[in-house]
Amino acid sequence: MRLPPQPHERLDRSEKVVFYYDGKPVEALAGDTLGSALFASGRRIFSRSFKYHRPRGLLCCSGSCANCMMQVDGAPNIRVCTEPVRSGMRVEAQNVLGSLERDVLSATDKFGGPFTPVGFYYRTMIRPRRAWPVYEKFLRSVAGLGKIDKHSDRQHRYDAEHRRAGILVIGGGRAGMQAAREASAQAEHVVVVDEGPDHIYGSDEDFEVLAPARAVGIFEGGLVPVDAGRILYRFRAEQIIVATGALEQPLIFPGNDLVGVMLPGGVRRLVNLWSLKPGDRAVVITADERALSVIGDLERAGTEVAEVVDLREQKVRQIVASGSFGQVRGVELDGRPVDCDLLVVSGGRQPAYSLLSQAGARVEYDPSRGIFVPTDLPENIEAVGAVAGDTGPAVVPAATYNGAGSKGKCFVCICEDVTDKDVKRAIAEGFDSIELAKRYTTVTMGPCQGKLCHLPSIRLYARENETDEATIGTTTARPPWAPIELGLLAGRPHEPEKLTSMHHRHADLGAKVMWTGAWKRPHSYGDPGDEAKAVHDSLGVIDVSTLGKLIVRGPDAADFLERIYPNKFGDMKPGRIRYAVLGTDAGRIMDDGTVGRLSEEDFYVTTTSTGAEGVIEWFEWWNAIWHLDVEIVNLTGALAAVNIAGPKARRLMERLTDLDVSNEGIKYLDAKHARIAGVPCLILRIGFVGELGYELHFASPYGEYLWDTILDHGAEWDIRPFGLEPQRILRLEKMHVLIGQDTDSESNVLEAGMPWIVKWDKEDFVGKWALEHVQERGFRSQLVGFEMANGVVPAEGGQIVREGTSIGRVTSSRRSKQLGKSIGMGWVPPELAEDGARIQIKVEDRLEEASVRLRPFFDPEGEHLRS
Amino acid sequence: MSFLLSCPNCGPRDVNEFHYQGEVTTRPNSPQTFRELTTYLYFRQNVADVQREWWYHRFGCEVWFLAERDTRTNEVLKTELPRPPERAGMPGPEAPSIPSPPAA
Repeated sequence: MRLPPQPHERLDRSEKVVFYYDGKPVEALAGDTLGSALFASGRRIFSRSFKYHRPRGLLCCSGSCANCMMQVDGAPNIRVCTEPVRSGMRVEAQNVLGSLERDVLSATDKFGGPFTPVGFYYRTMIRPRRAWPVYEKFLRSVAGLGKIDKHSDRQHRYDAEHRRAGILVIGGGRAGMQAAREASAQAEHVVVVDEGPDHIYGSDEDFEVLAPARAVGIFEGGLVPVDAGRILYRFRAEQIIVATGALEQPLIFPGNDLVGVMLPGGVRRLVNLWSLKPGDRAVVITADERALSVIGDLERAGTEVAEVVDLREQKVRQIVASGSFGQVRGVELDGRPVDCDLLVVSGGRQPAYSLLSQAGARVEYDPSRGIFVPTDLPENIEAVGAVAGDTGPAVVPAATYNGAGSKGKCFVCICEDVTDKDVKRAIAEGFDSIELAKRYTTVTMGPCQGKLCHLPSIRLYARENETDEATIGTTTARPPWAPIELGLLAGRPHEPEKLTSMHHRHADLGAKVMWTGAWKRPHSYGDPGDEAKAVHDSLGVIDVSTLGKLIVRGPDAADFLERIYPNKFGDMKPGRIRYAVLGTDAGRIMDDGTVGRLSEEDFYVTTTSTGAEGVIEWFEWWNAIWHLDVEIVNLTGALAAVNIAGPKARRLMERLTDLDVSNEGIKYLDAKHARIAGVPCLILRIGFVGELGYELHFASPYGEYLWDTILDHGAEWDIRPFGLEPQRILRLEKMHVLIGQDTDSESNVLEAGMPWIVKWDKEDFVGKWALEHVQERGFRSQLVGFEMANGVVPAEGGQIVREGTSIGRVTSSRRSKQLGKSIGMGWVPPELAEDGARIQIKVEDRLEEASVRLRPFFDPEGEHLRS
Repeated sequence: MSFLLSCPNCGPRDVNEFHYQGEVTTRPNSPQTFRELTTYLYFRQNVADVQREWWYHRFGCEVWFLAERDTRTNEVLKTELPRPPERAGMPGPEAPSIPSPPAA
């Protein structure tokens, strides 16, 4: 039922929109909110209250209170009074067992009273302890508001955007718009943020208006996150003008939560924006002038105004609203009954100072008007309009209008169903500070976040403690100013996924892909054991493009590397490579890789796949201190790399290049430039996997071409591509340390069994003093290899045990087909770091025998590598 | 933390673009005692005052720079690129002084 067209109505009467409430179609007009359309369809009960499941109806129509929260398209707690209608929306009631009209759980209102006083959940359902699972199951089913659909597909994308503004105006009401117009005449880049619903601006303003959008807080450095639905703007402005207005406050009396008890703004919006008749017979009770203006709206809507009580002129001690089926039917004013189905109440207006308070302003109580007013605004923040205290004349209402002997519940906080009795009881129990009482009673902690209960609760507190509001003080105003979707805070899921330039070839070959850092790499192509065996028997190839690859270049390059690594490089001849381990000044291992000298002033450094960024930052940091004449260039993404390994590797290389690949032409640990199948490559002869091997580094775009060429020509020797897992088996056979697997953030290069890395004769290097200290104090633990007596493979992370005590741990363990053994590495006390020492390893509940090995399990002399 | 930091190269940017490397410390030229070493490695002045510190523009131009920040207010008074020290040998991070170790 609509009124005739109203001058400011938001409706397009020519366009009908259909949505569904509890599965049944509801017809709305374009411009409606879900709330106004449901009201137009005759609905008066919009929710059931949190604890007592009392019927609740529209109260503020501005998105402040929690009275109209419903499930909309699967999302819980949507305030339908401000949610615009869209065709096909699915709306359901929440927090009810049954329907809004008949909610089985409303029994708690009638019978639960004595059993559910304030804080009951701290005291009841505790004994007997054994019964807790039963209690919990029940409590879980009734607690909370709304239901999250765990199986719903994620339908929304959320984004964040950083924005700058000269002046950011928060609030698009009269004061905010005036401030924005004045500001835009002088300053550039003025932006207004308005949460609605009363937008009064035109489309032709000289500045940007973001609406509906809500500033959720003012953070350090003037950061203002703005919730614009699916996007979060992170605003920084040179100046912030807060024009958030004031919040209409309710009056506290028995029955003040009945359906049909409304704030003046709610009534005004129903009539003016959506042309709805709010009731047939109204009583207006107000503490301020502004609320009186609603009388004209009521008359225009055809609502009979039965009585107007202006608390500034008329003393009323007792107000009791009564109703049936949760809807107001009348009100008693000092015992005198008046029939009505609409009770418009206003306890004055409280400046909405939360944002100012978050920004650092103080809040002071003004006893003459009974409100808290912000003062001492921080620099660059201004308050205009009602939020600054300009709320008009008002009388301070009584803390409650609950006369002696009245029985109905008198709510201080309607979100959390906290009554005046609850507050008194909390005080009697000793919760006499407002901050403690807030946490105990949960007043102000409901979905309205104190917008309607903060001031009334302080007022009641002052009265019950026989003090004044200024002494009671306010609770801390915290962001967010209004509820915000978690998805918006989380933003767009950002999981960078790096693929090498050969990745699609691996996929085509059926590789099982795994994450390593941000990279996706082949775990194996089916059978890791066989792939490892193929490298020993004939020929394998692995994509190692993920390695970090840097150029360190300049007159001081050798000096720089010698300072940052424990190794020596100055004595290296161009064309040679060294294995190097990077450490911190505390002697801890950071990363490892190879350092090749390409020329006198040119070094090619490789890092682990996940360490590249960290190593570059580390290099750059030290050089920001040292200022050596050296350039550090990251080539990780620009270059791809493959490792060709196995006894037949040389035969394949001979096919692919004119370079002399004999042992004389390029020997172990040599680096040479050459064309491979026409592609310019840097060839590193190194052997992480323990067989004759050539690592080819080349421009990424040639990845697929070179991979295909290698597989084509390698077919003659049954070349097998191998993944990370077979590589791990192969390197374990060689007892090559895997940084981050065999070492952790405490490990040093000495105890990790690589003392030969450290060149003590260097005057200084990063970590030298700490390593000297390790030498002096002696080793506490050592990284060794071990071989299981039987074939069992212990779990990585498993315990190494002696006489029932854990003395170390397994860091790597694998079955080697080549050796026919189960092998591993782990940390043991120094006295056990001896070839052949017997240890026990816990495997499930058993202890398995193992013996320590200090030399590589496979090819201990390195004959294969050097072949 | 939500303040702006001015990269000497890129200008004011959100602090989340940067990596914080802590206060500027002194790397002793050759620590004589274990205490001296651990003091350098682990003890920080942690002042409630203006502090000189290292920052790295990780999601930007990837430059290391020095900032003077008031740790009480997060007000950044100054940022600058590090200047070459005039010391010989292998200097450590330039800094005011080594904090004295707490009394045992």
